[in-house]
Amino acid sequence: MTEKITAQDIRSQDQALLKDIEDALANCMKCGNCMEVCPLYKEIGRENAVARGKLSLMEGVLKGVIPLSANFDTAMAKCVSCKACAAKCPCGVPADDLILRGRQAIVKARGLHPIKQKVFALLKNRPLFDFSLRMAGLFGPLSFKKLPGKMAAIARFPMPGMDKRRITAPFASTPLRSQHPETIKVDKPRLKVLFFTGCTINYIYTDIGNSVLNVLKANNIEVTLPSLQHCCGTPVYMSGDIDSARVLAKHNIDIFSETPCDYVVAACGSCAEAFKIEYPHLFADDALMTEKAKKLAAKTYEISEFLVDIAKFDRSKLGKVAATVTMHDPCHMARGIKVTKQPREILQAIPGVTFAEMKEPARCCGAGGSFSLANYELSRKINDRKVADIASTKADIVATSCGSCRMHITDGLIQNGMTQDSLHVIQLLDQSYQAGAK
Amino acid sequence: MEKKLLDSLTAIVGKENVLTTQEDLYSYSYDATPGHAHMPDVVVMPANAEETGKILALANENRIPVYTRGSGTNLSAGCVPTKGGIVLLMTRLNKIIEIDLENLVAVAEPGVIVADLNKAVAAHGLIYPPDPGTVNTATLGGTIAENAGGLRGLKYGVSKHYVMGLDIVLASGDTMTTGGKNVKDVSGYDMTKLFTGAEGTLGVITKATVKLVPAPEAKKSMMAIFKDLDNAGKAVSGIIAAKIIPATLEIMDNATIRTVEDYAHVGLPLDAEAVLLIEVDGNPTVVEKEAAKVMEVLTANHADSVQIAKDDNERDKLWAARRAALPALAKLRPTTYVEDATVPRNQVPAFLRAVSQLAVKHQVTIGTFGHAGDGNMHPTIVCDIRDSKEMERVQKAMDEMFRTAIELGGTLSGEHGIGLGKLPWMQAQHGPVAMNAMKSIKRALDPNLILNPGKLIGEC
Ligand SMILES: Cc1cc2nc3c(=O)[nH]c(=O)nc-3n(C[C@H](O)[C@H](O)[C@H](O)COP(=O)(O)OP(=O)(O)OC[C@H]3O[C@@H](n4cnc5c(N)ncnc54)[C@H](O)[C@@H]3O)c2cc1C
Ligand code: SF4
Ligand code: SF4
Ligand code: SF4
Repeated sequence: MTEKITAQDIRSQDQALLKDIEDALANCMKCGNCMEVCPLYKEIGRENAVARGKLSLMEGVLKGVIPLSANFDTAMAKCVSCKACAAKCPCGVPADDLILRGRQAIVKARGLHPIKQKVFALLKNRPLFDFSLRMAGLFGPLSFKKLPGKMAAIARFPMPGMDKRRITAPFASTPLRSQHPETIKVDKPRLKVLFFTGCTINYIYTDIGNSVLNVLKANNIEVTLPSLQHCCGTPVYMSGDIDSARVLAKHNIDIFSETPCDYVVAACGSCAEAFKIEYPHLFADDALMTEKAKKLAAKTYEISEFLVDIAKFDRSKLGKVAATVTMHDPCHMARGIKVTKQPREILQAIPGVTFAEMKEPARCCGAGGSFSLANYELSRKINDRKVADIASTKADIVATSCGSCRMHITDGLIQNGMTQDSLHVIQLLDQSYQAGAK
Repeated sequence: MEKKLLDSLTAIVGKENVLTTQEDLYSYSYDATPGHAHMPDVVVMPANAEETGKILALANENRIPVYTRGSGTNLSAGCVPTKGGIVLLMTRLNKIIEIDLENLVAVAEPGVIVADLNKAVAAHGLIYPPDPGTVNTATLGGTIAENAGGLRGLKYGVSKHYVMGLDIVLASGDTMTTGGKNVKDVSGYDMTKLFTGAEGTLGVITKATVKLVPAPEAKKSMMAIFKDLDNAGKAVSGIIAAKIIPATLEIMDNATIRTVEDYAHVGLPLDAEAVLLIEVDGNPTVVEKEAAKVMEVLTANHADSVQIAKDDNERDKLWAARRAALPALAKLRPTTYVEDATVPRNQVPAFLRAVSQLAVKHQVTIGTFGHAGDGNMHPTIVCDIRDSKEMERVQKAMDEMFRTAIELGGTLSGEHGIGLGKLPWMQAQHGPVAMNAMKSIKRALDPNLILNPGKLIGEC
């Protein structure tokens, strides 16, 4: 990756993309406020790690002062898309989005990284994708060494692009959607919902998925798990491959719009954000698709949000769960779809739970989708700060609302020799319903 | 830059602390000031005073310009490497060395973020008062070099009132110490004050001893809305005449009020000519008494409405308007100039009026807010630097604005410093003799003119 592609080259490739970026970039007044909150700047301490630096590099490319080089690519990759900069910015600059546009420019100009190309080609082929991840589940015991006690295993065979020391959860031997009929009936349902499982829950954290199903059942809600659903597309979108993201989005929008329901739920902040925010933006040139995406967005809810605001979950059947619980807010929950109150309301409704707030609950844990795959060391440093915050609460459980965060935090806890467990909020609620049923 | 020099720099600080790629250089070509960007030849990140000294000695020998940098948040182009050369990044020197509770001082390295210093001393019931809007990102070294102030400047002053001693590396690479922990210290020229506010033109700060003060036990905030600007001005003088020195006494003009209301919907009347925001702090009983007195003065000067915050929550609500001032203005247009022309406080209404008139005259958008109590105004010009016609008008407006401030007996800067941004008016404020005296000091301490050349006092 040494040959240089100049601004002129990309200019001829995608005028519109550049024009957009140019105006949005000009709005950054370079005040540096984003330095305070950028987790990567905190670790790296260099200007091109913080939003201000990355945006100015993009300006430099547009002005033709610096080339679209491998260094530029590396700088754009140094971002966990935690949105902290955008939330802090006095000028309302959506730096996280713009950095994705920077990655898009790279993708346009020089093509995707070969490993990513393979992964994304697989992603776009749903049956093959499903098949591969099922195989990973079947052969899971072969490729992962189990660690005692936890939903955690250490990769024994290196995965493409994955650090060998990294502790992940094993792939499920049977994916969630294969464990259940497509529709799970209840007597006289008060609501009918479609459950978008997302990949993490379908293929790895089936325990979260089962808890979601149990909780919905306990609230007399009928659930359908559309069998043709596919990855939400966030990981490809974040890598700058917007064309692939569109393919996945269109697929999901079609499937979920065609199946009748009252609401759509997801149990992951990023998946919910994809449906609620990204999809309606992905089809700017297609009025019909935009309309469809907007309709779907309006009825999509993150599970805690749904249970508290819409379903008004049944608190009479809750049993005791004796635990001190702290809460990590995933970036895409806190700053993406802005849901932080509802998960806390659920935790605090559980009899026996002592809730202990940590210092900065919405600080990124460092997972950042595929960021932690490519930058394991850095993501661990960010994670260590999270783990220290968790430790200072004296909690025995860290609740969160995202599978990737759960995996990354579990990794951090184990690497730091800690014994806390990391669970999805809904798993604790499920435990409480089960205790109440006894 | 020559390979031999780069090798020498690498030998001093190690390979990973010398940045030379085009992308890295571009990342240190600017600060928070619009319209001044220039690439350095190299970025060097020393770990301590010793390495800093070696870098300066090398630069001095080879006549290479050196631009010291903290977080690069200054608003006067202080960090921009206009002549190429070395950007000397001080952020690795980031240790709080000592918090001395018996002498109420802290000793810290220049790369410490000011808010981090405050967090560390808060545990002992103390504060380090300088609190620029960028307190969460600016470095101690950068704030001392800019003589930064902040919202509580009226009662607590600016950086120079707290710096007691400095370790300085001179242009030659030699190291010296000024001042120290003595509360009374009149030995020799006041070198500590000379280097404070020198904007990196006289030496590089590698350690600072700063005064800490007890954190106020109580605070009370009030907001008053005035339909008439002159009444607001009289209220400001009235408060001071009543012998009350609030920690904060802020004003927003009509342009700012309208912008803030449009953006944050905090309930400000659009036809108000001024909003005053006042906070008194200190001993709880005194605070109650002073707050009551301030309320009296506000009413006596025909405030159209006055609100007092009963608790922290209400205080936050009152402050929301002031906090929104810069963001709201900055969002209007791509380019934002935050100026800080300052006038004696009895001239604040005259200055505000003049600024709004010249905004109309030159067809530029200016919202003014600022520290009414100490006369430190922040006329904020929003525009689009890519529009050269508009920029000509902005330049004219700015020129008239600074000349007006000087005519009113004011100064070019209350806290942001001069850098390049306000250089054109230095002669007008200080006159040729004083300018020459300042240049003599520069030439004596930095004979090869390597430290931030061309800034603050211009070419020498
Ligand atoms: C939105 C916004 C709001 C602001 N509000 C305020 C405010 O309320 N009050 C206020 O006073 N300022 C304010 N500022 C200006 C700015 O934050 C201050 O000037 C701050 O002190 C700069 O600190 P820094 O670490 O970023 O220094 P830099 O910008 O990196 O450097 C500033 C100057 O100091 C020199 N310097 C840096 N480190 C050293 C050192 N170790 N030794 C010698 N020289 C050094 C540099 O050469 C440069 O000339 C604001 C800026 C912005 C963008
Ligand atoms: S992105 Fe926003 S916060 Fe960061 S430097 Fe630009 S304007 Fe400031
Ligand atoms: S999204 Fe997060 S990691 Fe990326 S630049 Fe912004 S604050 Fe830094
Ligand atoms: S965000 Fe993650 S879990 Fe959700 S669908 Fe996308 S890849 Fe799968």
